[in-house]
Amino acid sequence: MLYALLCCHDEAVVRSWTKAEDDAVLAKRHKVTERLAAKGKLGPALRLMPTTAATTVRMGGEPVVLDGPFAETKEALLGFYLIDCDSLDEAIETAKDIGRDEKVVFEIRPVKLFLPNGIAS
Amino acid sequence: MTTLGWMDPVLRSARPQTIGALLRYFRDLDQAEEAFQEACLRALKIWPVNGPPRDPVAWLILVGRNVALDDVRRRSKSAPLPADAAISDLDDAESDIAERLDSSHYRDDVLRLLFICCHPDLPAVQQIALALRIVSGMSVKEIARAFLVGESAMEQRITRAKSRVTRADVPFETPGAVERAERLGAVAAMIYLVFNEGYSASGGTVHVRTPLCEEAIRLARLLLTLFPGEPEILGLTALLLLQHARAPARIDGDGAIVLLDDQDRRLWDRDLIAEGLALIDKAVRHRRPGPYQLQAAIAGVHAHAASSKDTDWSEIDQLYATLERLHPSPVVTLNRAVAVNKVHGPAAALAMIEPLAEPLAGYFHFFGVKGGLLMRLGRAEEARVAFDQAIALAHTPAEAAHIRLHLDRLIKENQPA
Repeated sequence: MLYALLCCHDEAVVRSWTKAEDDAVLAKRHKVTERLAAKGKLGPALRLMPTTAATTVRMGGEPVVLDGPFAETKEALLGFYLIDCDSLDEAIETAKDIGRDEKVVFEIRPVKLFLPNGIAS
Repeated sequence: MTTLGWMDPVLRSARPQTIGALLRYFRDLDQAEEAFQEACLRALKIWPVNGPPRDPVAWLILVGRNVALDDVRRRSKSAPLPADAAISDLDDAESDIAERLDSSHYRDDVLRLLFICCHPDLPAVQQIALALRIVSGMSVKEIARAFLVGESAMEQRITRAKSRVTRADVPFETPGAVERAERLGAVAAMIYLVFNEGYSASGGTVHVRTPLCEEAIRLARLLLTLFPGEPEILGLTALLLLQHARAPARIDGDGAIVLLDDQDRRLWDRDLIAEGLALIDKAVRHRRPGPYQLQAAIAGVHAHAASSKDTDWSEIDQLYATLERLHPSPVVTLNRAVAVNKVHGPAAALAMIEPLAEPLAGYFHFFGVKGGLLMRLGRAEEARVAFDQAIALAHTPAEAAHIRLHLDRLIKENQPA
């Protein structure tokens, strides 16, 4: 069975980490993910940019594009796509395309770090 | 991180919202700060035992408020102090206050707190120091170090600034749309000042004072979280990220300034650039351009280019022209002249800056740019005079050293073979 681990964190706190604190967290995690990768038990991993870089597309009727992250609690995170676009506009259009005729909400988040095999290098 | 290391960033990040809310409650800055301090002390005692509360900000606000109320009671010698255990049992009260303190409340609280630091009577340095002390929670010692002054001198400055803003009477009612926009503009300018202070340093030997730049970025991000759809706040944050991305390449091993043209762009921080560009993308969609967005767009053009030669200078010229229209200033024209020099040559650029001689008579960069243009036109003697004037106006040894480098080159090139 494949499992997705979704990392949830208090963003105000992460924003307050010093570079050293941030590096320390990554280094600590790296020890575990390296072990997993060696056993062939790790898929892609990625780190998202802060929610200040997020745009939300609310489908259903006329699509609505909003600045900021998706903040409702009624809807749950049920899946995600990783798409390669030249611009935010293209990403928004792609989201509209995928969610056509649905009542779905897409939060578009630029990816800060993408590790296809889960670990650096 | 140590066992308790997780608490430090939590308390640090809770500070602006907590003090903002306590200020609304007490309407007194000192009292709000003291209550926050006291709440933090309790948190350090209670959280390691009971675990972190679900909403640390709500917890701190509630405890800070109760502690201050207890203080009043104690002074009136009535009810005894409650035990710490009683204070820690806040689960219901905490979720209650968390509901009432929704994000829109936090938003105006934090904005008010930042706005108080922007009092127009306060000189820039005091505004910055006050924001760093009150909002960011930097110690007086840290701030003094950043400004290269003694601790007691900085303490005095902050105390004076505080008493000035305390008398200012900033209204505590929820602001209307126009008032909110005005506050946002003043706060954005103050955050930009904090960044500039770190970026250009108005004295001393350390040219890039990184902590101030990082703090400014933290404040800009905080503001953007609260106002996610404001294009100028998107622009401001993008601008700071893109400029800060160049920091590792701006100073060489000897502490000398490296100009944009000569920087090793492999040293630029790609993460910060990517985030800055993503924010510009968002801002542009609003089609409401402003000075911060335009300056960010200019920084974005530089960030896209692999070298100075590959830079789209005519795009930069265009962006500066728009900025000049929107926000006329001799400094903007001076910056535009640098792009004009690349597109149309030094003679056109020199003609453009000649009318600026009077308004920029005390401006280091004016004489630096003028000297550079004259040098390129082969007018060595006039260039030397301009460079001498620049050195006389330099704020840091690194600035002076950079101009001396030009002077040396000038002298060398003009020596008879």
